[in-house]
Amino acid sequence: MNEYTYPMLLGVLVGTFTRIAMLRTDYRQYPTYLHGKIIHIALGFIAAGLGSVAIPAIMEKQFTAVTFLTIAASQFRDVRNMERNTLTEIDGYELVSRGKSYIEGIAVAFEGRNYIVMFTSFLVTLFYLIYNIWAAIAISIVTFLISKKLMSGGKLKDLVHIEQEEIHFEGAGLYIGNIYIMNIGIPDRQKEILEYGMGFILTPKSFNVRPTIANLGQRQAILHDISTIMGVYRDSGTPALVPLIKRDLRSGKIGVFVLPQDRNVEKAKFVIGSVPILENAIRLPNESKANKGDE
Amino acid sequence: MKIEKMILAVITTNKQKVDGGAPIFLCEDKQEMDQVATDIEAIMDGISHALSEEMYIIVKH
Repeated sequence: MNEYTYPMLLGVLVGTFTRIAMLRTDYRQYPTYLHGKIIHIALGFIAAGLGSVAIPAIMEKQFTAVTFLTIAASQFRDVRNMERNTLTEIDGYELVSRGKSYIEGIAVAFEGRNYIVMFTSFLVTLFYLIYNIWAAIAISIVTFLISKKLMSGGKLKDLVHIEQEEIHFEGAGLYIGNIYIMNIGIPDRQKEILEYGMGFILTPKSFNVRPTIANLGQRQAILHDISTIMGVYRDSGTPALVPLIKRDLRSGKIGVFVLPQDRNVEKAKFVIGSVPILENAIRLPNESKANKGDE
Repeated sequence: MKIEKMILAVITTNKQKVDGGAPIFLCEDKQEMDQVATDIEAIMDGISHALSEEMYIIVKH
């Protein structure tokens, strides 16, 4: 036992706790397994350890010890690879796949959370050593709240208006409003689709939003989330019954065609509204100099 | 090269309109055409698309 024991212990504890708090198993059902969770808690523990060891190392003038942090960085990059690989493997067996962008988003979140843990432990140990335990506890609460805030990204309802729209056939073409979805030949299939299908039109709230919701990865994420939460009228070997999103080229609206088993319209709107905006789908054309003059 | 989309079969009641590449299934009437299309769709995991009242194609997406 020395003067660093308690600060580091607190740092590690708070860090690990932060990681557990960020490890939610929600509708995405990931990570589901106990083992999957243990992997992440263990990595969170390691991250917390690395974070809290940095300050004592500097105080003892062991500057080379800080290079350990670079090992940590490459370690957590592997976490990202691991998550990406697992999810990509599994994705082929989903009825409605997540899509690469969604997977990338999840993988990045897993990596990012470990850095947050490291930073939290770093700060907690720092405050403990500079001030006292109360300051350390205060900063743990602050970082905890900040990490909560940072980790919850935007939702689709911030970007678009969601309206239900009847689906109909013109000849063999399936339409939602005036947005063409696909061509379905067999009359029996058409009947099935009219019976089980639902259509929604998402209208972008601003010009900035258009490329974001047009992004194919974002669209697949919408389909995956609805199909996960509301069920999907589909099986392998029924490619005609596929949820799809197509775009109205003129207005930038998108038409969402889904086949939910739970046919509650309000719930479906809520689910679409709660779809996370994928970070790699966000575009901000209005930030460009070319568009600045228009405002 | 991976072929993304491909016409697996053509089902028609009008032989005049089709020729060449994909297997062609000639049917007597619309009812038979629907039946054949449904079966091939199920067997091949493809989608039946209607090009006209008298012609379906089965496409693998």
